[in-house]
Amino acid sequence: MDIAIKDGKIVERVDELRARKIYASGMIVMPGGVDIHCHIAGSEVNTGRLLRPEDHFRDFERKTPKTRSGVGYSVPSTFTTGYRYARMGYTTIMNPSMPPLEAKHTHEELNDTPMVDKGTYPLLGDWWFVLEYLKKGEIEECARYVAWMITSTKGYAIKIVNPGGLEAWGSGGNVGSIDDQVPYFGITPREIVRGLCKVNKLLNLPHTIHVHTNNLGKPGNYLTALDTMKCVEDLASEDKPAIHITHCQFSAFKGSDWRTLKSGAEEIARYVNNHSHVTLDMGQVIFTDTTTMTADGPFQYTLHELSGNKWVNHDVETETSSGIVPFRYRRKSYVHAIQWSIGLELALLIKDPWKIFMTTDHPNAGPFIFYPRIMAWLMSRKAREAVLNRINRRARNRSLLPSIDRELGFYEIAIVTRAGQAKALGLKNKGHLGVGADADVAIYNVNPETIDPSRKYKTVRKAFRQAAYTVKGGETVAKNGEILKHVKGTTMWLDVQVSEPIKITEEMKRRFREYWTVEYENYPVTEKYLEVSHPITVKANV
Amino acid sequence: MAVVKAVTCPVCGCLCDDIELTIRNGKIVKVKNGCAMCESKFLSHKNEHRILKPLIRKNGEFVEVSLEEATRKAAEILTKANYPILYGWSSTSCEATRVGLELAEEIGGVIDNTAVVCHGPSILSIQDVGISSCTLGQIRHRADLVVYWGSNPWSAHPRHIERYTAFSEGRFQKSAWKGYLTKVKASAAKKKIESALRRVLFRKKAFVSPKPRKGPPPTLFKEGRKLIVVDVRKTRSAEISDCFLQVEPNKDYELLQALRALINEQEIDVDEVAGIPVEYLEEIADLMIGCNFGVLFFGVGLSMSKGKLRNVDAALSLVRDLNMRTKFVIMPMRGHFNVTGVDTVFTWQTGYPYAVDFSLGYPRYNPGETSVVDILLRGESDAALIVASDPVASFPKKVAEQLVKNPLIVIDPHMSATTRMADVVFPSAFVGIEASGTAYRMDHVPLPLKKVVNPPNGVLPDEEILKRILVEVKKLKEKRLVEAA
Ligand code: SF4
Ligand SMILES: [Zn+2]
Repeated sequence: MDIAIKDGKIVERVDELRARKIYASGMIVMPGGVDIHCHIAGSEVNTGRLLRPEDHFRDFERKTPKTRSGVGYSVPSTFTTGYRYARMGYTTIMNPSMPPLEAKHTHEELNDTPMVDKGTYPLLGDWWFVLEYLKKGEIEECARYVAWMITSTKGYAIKIVNPGGLEAWGSGGNVGSIDDQVPYFGITPREIVRGLCKVNKLLNLPHTIHVHTNNLGKPGNYLTALDTMKCVEDLASEDKPAIHITHCQFSAFKGSDWRTLKSGAEEIARYVNNHSHVTLDMGQVIFTDTTTMTADGPFQYTLHELSGNKWVNHDVETETSSGIVPFRYRRKSYVHAIQWSIGLELALLIKDPWKIFMTTDHPNAGPFIFYPRIMAWLMSRKAREAVLNRINRRARNRSLLPSIDRELGFYEIAIVTRAGQAKALGLKNKGHLGVGADADVAIYNVNPETIDPSRKYKTVRKAFRQAAYTVKGGETVAKNGEILKHVKGTTMWLDVQVSEPIKITEEMKRRFREYWTVEYENYPVTEKYLEVSHPITVKANV
Repeated sequence: MAVVKAVTCPVCGCLCDDIELTIRNGKIVKVKNGCAMCESKFLSHKNEHRILKPLIRKNGEFVEVSLEEATRKAAEILTKANYPILYGWSSTSCEATRVGLELAEEIGGVIDNTAVVCHGPSILSIQDVGISSCTLGQIRHRADLVVYWGSNPWSAHPRHIERYTAFSEGRFQKSAWKGYLTKVKASAAKKKIESALRRVLFRKKAFVSPKPRKGPPPTLFKEGRKLIVVDVRKTRSAEISDCFLQVEPNKDYELLQALRALINEQEIDVDEVAGIPVEYLEEIADLMIGCNFGVLFFGVGLSMSKGKLRNVDAALSLVRDLNMRTKFVIMPMRGHFNVTGVDTVFTWQTGYPYAVDFSLGYPRYNPGETSVVDILLRGESDAALIVASDPVASFPKKVAEQLVKNPLIVIDPHMSATTRMADVVFPSAFVGIEASGTAYRMDHVPLPLKKVVNPPNGVLPDEEILKRILVEVKKLKEKRLVEAA
């Protein structure tokens, strides 16, 4: 079978005599990889870079006539990030956490992240306007403000992190369940999640609400994850997902403390298998040294207390918080080994690959460069056993993995690494190779007809580590690990059109001045900040 | 006549963005909302010693040349050099810095910014300990205890207190402005009485009021927001504070460690630390633990005084420890308006905030070795490009001498000490007045810089000049490759 490409798109046919050809017989051809959740740009990522010179010293990339230099490992510099994704055959990546006040920063970094198309999600779950309008029950007004915010920050989806907990953290507190009151605002996380889920629907956004649950990283939190999924059950319509629970591994802990920690993957998988309104991503742990960074300030502080490692906190007025702690996942640590197991259990126990996607919540559970390892674990029992044999013994005895025979095939891998992610994101031209799709293609040098990935997982892993060809927008940009061309990639954002946009009155400006320390005029990210702007128009129902 | 609102002030790290300018006939005639520093910058930028034409030194004299000739000359110097340095950046836009980084990489040079002479040690400490921080609005809304340590915002960041801290009005915290007014009145009254006394007593010498009490002043126990200043001398900021702790010079470290000990419930076996009685310190420690949201701002008084690194380490650790008891944050008072932005751009492109060496083809960072001052001290560089900075005036003499020994290219709006010593000079537009761009406030909030008037004829922004040099450098390199082949 041939795939024809013209003007950056997949087309029916091209003039075979004149076209440039790539001979890919005996290789795997997939759409370019799509990452639904990786922290690659913006203030917290950059502070992570700043915090970890020791992370860069051993891992750097030289300038070449085609590429810029940079540093790598857990928080690579921007150019290196783009090149490394391209080498693995990834062409679309989503930066999941952007404080609106610092959105210009995120976009400036995205401009400097080459090779991939990208988008970014503004953090809206603790924004005062959202809390206030939801408290008053004014969903439509709330939706108008959210539309304004997404468009002004050039965002792609509604991100919610530890709803209510971040506002509480602004004064040093947190919330402990989805029914706790947020201090001063008199609203609960349940009301925030439900409210924004309704807003998401009113606005017709292509992706669902993207949720990092309350109590993340705490034993027993699988119940919170279940509560969070359940709380929007009635808001789902026609089998369409209504909520995405991100890096679910971190929210699938059973047990009452670290000693009694167990996997809650079975319970979560059972729920997800029986409901159609949820998608998840893994947040798979890799045993390595990495840098954790989330908007979840209180979680990061707990991690600092547990590990004793250096800690950065950065709260953002009126909107959100964030924290950073370097972290090493050890095979011999009971807790870390259980976490490693949970990620894979989720991916294997959830039957439908369109519901769970492969991520490491880069760099929280491990750097993205380890994706090929995860693919091998998903495709091969033997690969899993090789690790199981070397992890903490008590964790091994409690792991569900030995009882799971499932091994994903190449089609399923294509779903959990691109097709499913693109579908969940509502990216119609990505994640497939049908006519009209963006000509983003990854070709891996391994023959799916002849290889048995279950046994030859190392060969497969190697092939995924370095695409034979990465084609971006119709151009071959990487070949066998070499970057052939530095291309910019677009920044996708939603131009959400509501029938009655919010009015910027003098009163609104005054309120703005009261809430933030910048003027209204200087807040939005103008389109000139985006080097290659790709607006996607969304017609809202409000 | 036009009024431009919401202009960002390109002077200090406060980056106030509420400035209103009135423009008549292409000139700024009125500045509203700004402090004195801001006003003088906007009103007099045209009158300062502006350079209007590119200059090249020929036989010891400056000669006016075309932009193309200056660009070619600069590119020649930079491509010929083995180990060029590119320095300055904190008073230009992030966009210009981005080009500067690419240029540094292209010529295999070292790029460094002014952080190296102000908050460089603070950054090293942050890399060691981490930092608990936030944006300034968070402080305005929530902080009930504000501490300035080794910094005098009243003079160096004039609107900091009013916009972001003690005198600002937040959602959960009220302004402490009223209390301040009474204090000013009281102090004015005191001054009047003193001068009256002087007259009565016919003293020529200044009247010295009785030595101040060494215990905590009653204002420390008032309701609401409190402002503490720690410094070696009584600054204007100290005068308006609720409590001034005069630390003996170079004893900041001891004082910080004593506070840490007290916060961690340890005993202190001396009566006085850094000239302050321990009982007094205990009150302060209790206040820090007891507040709902505290903040410690530190200035170069801490990061550049004896023990630099240790001092900031201790301050960051103190705040980290306090977080076990309450909410506490800390922030360096960055001086130049975009020094934060420059660190930020350096970091996203190279992984490191300053002192980045590209001589091996990839970014290397080892302050003390790859920092510009050290390179100059070792006499290793053989050319320099200075952007929006005056190192000849600010560097130690020996270092500055080394700088001017080799070919020197300067991009600057005015004739500074450094410009005078240059071999190639590019006049540039004032970013934030005559050119647009982006700058980052001291708390990392990015803000747009506006172009409100036109630069003098033919004068370009830093970003544009650097782009032209970069293009020329690439051309030269290619030509050389062809010649070699
Ligand atoms: S405080 Fe600083 S930024 Fe604000 S107006 Fe004065 S000089 Fe400008
Ligand atoms: Zn994440």
